[in-house]
Amino acid sequence: MAKAPQHPESLVERYGPNPSYTPSGGWQKGSEAPPDRLVKTHCCFCGQQCGIKLKVRENRVVGFEPWEEFPFNEGKLCPKGVKRYMQNEHPDRLLSPLMRAPSGDFREAKWDEALDFTAQSLRAIQEKHGKDAVAIYGGASLTSEKSYLLGKFARVALGTRHIDYNGRLCMVSAGTAYKMAFGVDRSPNPWSDIPKAHVVLVTGANVAECAPITTDYIWRMRDNGGKLIVIDPRMTPITRNADLYLPVRPGTDVALMLGLLHVVLRDNLTDPKFIADHTVGFEEVEASARPWTPHQTAELTGVPPDAIEKAARLFAGADRAIALHARGIEHQSKGVENVLSVINLCLATGNIGREGAGCMMITGQGNGQGGREHGQKCDQLPGQRSISDPAAREHVAKVWGITPDEMPQAGLSAMEIMEAIHRGEIKGLLSMCFNPLVSLPDSNYVREALEKLEFFGVVDFFLSETAHHADVVLAGSLQEEEEGIVCTAEGRVVHIQQAVTPPEGARNDWAIYVDLAKRLGKEKFFPYKAPREIFDELREASRGGPADYFGISYEKVDREMGVFWPCPTEDHPGTPRLFEGAKFFHKDGKARFLVTEYRPSGDPVDETHPIYLTTGRVVSHYLSGTQTRRIGALVDQYPVPRVEIHPRLAEACGIANENWVTVTTKRSAMTLQALVVKTIRPDTVFIPYHWAGLQSANQLTHRTLDPRSKIPEFKVSACRIEKAAAAPDWARDAKPPGRSQRAPKRELRVIQ
Amino acid sequence: MFGRQFFIDPSRCIGCEACVNACAECDNHRGESMIHLDFIDRRQTIATVPSVCMHCDDPTCAQVCPADAIKKTEDGVVQSSLKPRCISCSNCVLACPFGIPKVMVRQEQMMKCDMCYDRTSVGKKPMCATVCPSQALSYVPLEEILKGRREKPTNVFFFGKQKVTTKVYMMVPQTMDAVSVDVVDYMWEEQA
Ligand code: SF4
Ligand code: SF4
Ligand code: SF4
Repeated sequence: MAKAPQHPESLVERYGPNPSYTPSGGWQKGSEAPPDRLVKTHCCFCGQQCGIKLKVRENRVVGFEPWEEFPFNEGKLCPKGVKRYMQNEHPDRLLSPLMRAPSGDFREAKWDEALDFTAQSLRAIQEKHGKDAVAIYGGASLTSEKSYLLGKFARVALGTRHIDYNGRLCMVSAGTAYKMAFGVDRSPNPWSDIPKAHVVLVTGANVAECAPITTDYIWRMRDNGGKLIVIDPRMTPITRNADLYLPVRPGTDVALMLGLLHVVLRDNLTDPKFIADHTVGFEEVEASARPWTPHQTAELTGVPPDAIEKAARLFAGADRAIALHARGIEHQSKGVENVLSVINLCLATGNIGREGAGCMMITGQGNGQGGREHGQKCDQLPGQRSISDPAAREHVAKVWGITPDEMPQAGLSAMEIMEAIHRGEIKGLLSMCFNPLVSLPDSNYVREALEKLEFFGVVDFFLSETAHHADVVLAGSLQEEEEGIVCTAEGRVVHIQQAVTPPEGARNDWAIYVDLAKRLGKEKFFPYKAPREIFDELREASRGGPADYFGISYEKVDREMGVFWPCPTEDHPGTPRLFEGAKFFHKDGKARFLVTEYRPSGDPVDETHPIYLTTGRVVSHYLSGTQTRRIGALVDQYPVPRVEIHPRLAEACGIANENWVTVTTKRSAMTLQALVVKTIRPDTVFIPYHWAGLQSANQLTHRTLDPRSKIPEFKVSACRIEKAAAAPDWARDAKPPGRSQRAPKRELRVIQ
Repeated sequence: MFGRQFFIDPSRCIGCEACVNACAECDNHRGESMIHLDFIDRRQTIATVPSVCMHCDDPTCAQVCPADAIKKTEDGVVQSSLKPRCISCSNCVLACPFGIPKVMVRQEQMMKCDMCYDRTSVGKKPMCATVCPSQALSYVPLEEILKGRREKPTNVFFFGKQKVTTKVYMMVPQTMDAVSVDVVDYMWEEQA
């Protein structure tokens, strides 16, 4: 099946995305009576995991109160956090399983029927084509319990190698690089270190829009006299207070870092004692940086030589410096090398494992950190163990009650799974919390692949665009409807409380998987009655691994407002800062310098496609928009994507602000309105990616993956732009532009 | 109030609109946002500015109100218009030197930021200043701001010889004591 129904309009009418403007209980009524309970929990919309108190009345979330005591955000929230409560009682909510009627349209189904059909379909495919003919997709917004459960479900209930998750589009380049260099995948420093740094270098991180709470940490660093260096092809909002701004050309980050390292080495600004005592591999890296003179670096990166000199001297000259990085450098076919090049700079200057000094990845998704630690990554077992490590296999197999031989080996990564589906090798897919039609690159290819599936099941609370292709949709639960833990960008394990129960007709995600396992005859491996029981098993499975959760309990998390892993025993205080005393997680205790090389992107600019296309986020939306495109206030803030173009490029192409522009890559073309701004490099255009169908930026992106992390290269494509002959059809119903998309008001106010 | 003051530092603002969204969560005017957030000129810059009511000691809006509808509480918070009195004439909208009041068509009255009086009058922080991720809006003790920030607070403004002092502070460079926006404030003129 797997073709979308013939009449998507009727699907949209019932299942959305319909922006909701009224909270549960209404605006006025909601305020009249006091809430029954204030539930201390966390925002679901990014890896900062801000503490928030949800107002609950009669099993409904009717509003929120800031949670000022929670130390990370002290009550602060971005607009997504403020409005996240509006998902409760949303009119688009799935309130029953859906199955395909013979007409191809969806019909509501009973739970037993939908679960039986799902289990039978998966088993039938496996019997005919082998165990690995089915795959599981998970997501990094799920609690760690659910992530753990999915990993075990794939390997024990289905016995397939192929499980991966949408964190493959998020944290894997950073994770791979940190594991290579340090032996563990976590930001080494707690956020409270940021204000203590004397210099903060932010590279490829739109902090203000994607990790908004981090902004105040950076401003406090400046209040303390520190300096801010920002590296980005766009002036993102934090650039307004940058002491130094380096407008790097997309895809050349590794060269820029080599250029900085060159200056550090040339001017003897390294920390030789640290290098000698605590690292290996320096000489090779030193040699590799030698050719990258400021002039040579400037030619490739488009950053002026004197800015390179200044940045290197600022960073290396500080007693304590921090490098913050995110998807800008990681979403590339050399994402791992980009991160390694940042690590090399920190190691060379001795900036790691100390208060106010280090390199820090900014994890993106809600449980981006925890979601990758406990087994839904194709190559990992719980506790951040490698699935190819015999000792790890033995430990986890024992916890699971299987033999190590029964444990499948590493499977394919998220994009590779889609390619295997396209090739016809994988024929069945069960997906939860993932909207690949919007979030994977080259969406027309993804659609073709989905249409080839023999069976496609989806577990979700809203009907995503990808779910239009499903044979079965199982109505799952929102974050606030299920207890569990998540791990924040800091490495702090926090507790998600169940504020309300799922509405009638929807079920808890964990229970859905337990029931499926039962139908697959694997009941005895999935005896859980509550998430807490899954967590207890997770603790045991993670025990002794790099991400050791054994000493963590829900109660301890509540008491201490989060616990940083590793936490191996119940009386262990947790580990806010890694590598103190320069002790790294490799067997020899040393960090690794690793050589990085510049190479062109997988879709290099050329004569026909001379402009760089880069994609990213806006502050009011989360990932593929399945949730935020349903919250009215967030939709109004940024209703449809626009393409950011520098006036110099716009003028050369005869494009004025608000003109309709067609952006064409070797994959596809899309038409959207121009936002002509001086805050982007003139050789680059930017499109945010949160929308679906003809508004999806991923129609344009390409499928080149980083060879190690398998992250797609969302940040660098080649395109051309031209003024469009006409507005696309969808423009007719488009909402008025948000504040950030409008030209300034012209009228003057008379104040006399 | 309760030992804390309101401080605005536009240079910290990242334009995220958390304040805009949170303002609509105040129980006094739930569903309506009172705060102003301006992208100065998105074509040229990412700079943005939030404006809450400054809660003037001698509010111009109240001075010009023909219906005597704008009242200040004892603790210095200038309220939205009194509904039974307000005639929606927009005098206050035009007169406020900071451009704060709005005449709300649906409600048929002037409404504006009331410093979350439902919250601040009982010792809580205002919504916007609690959530603001950059702390462009903050509600903290004066000493904390004096100790911690690069800029310093002022609550003295000149608008062409009109001196306005306010409850809310604006963060300004250390070298500045008051904000003056009119050339006239910098001129020497002989008294007539
Ligand atoms: S989206 Fe992130 S920054 Fe925004 S409120 Fe939620 S957790 Fe905090
Ligand atoms: S919440 Fe703060 S940073 Fe965000 S727009 Fe408002 S004032 Fe600016
Ligand atoms: S103080 Fe309260 S009423 Fe005033 S702008 Fe802020 S949130 Fe709105």
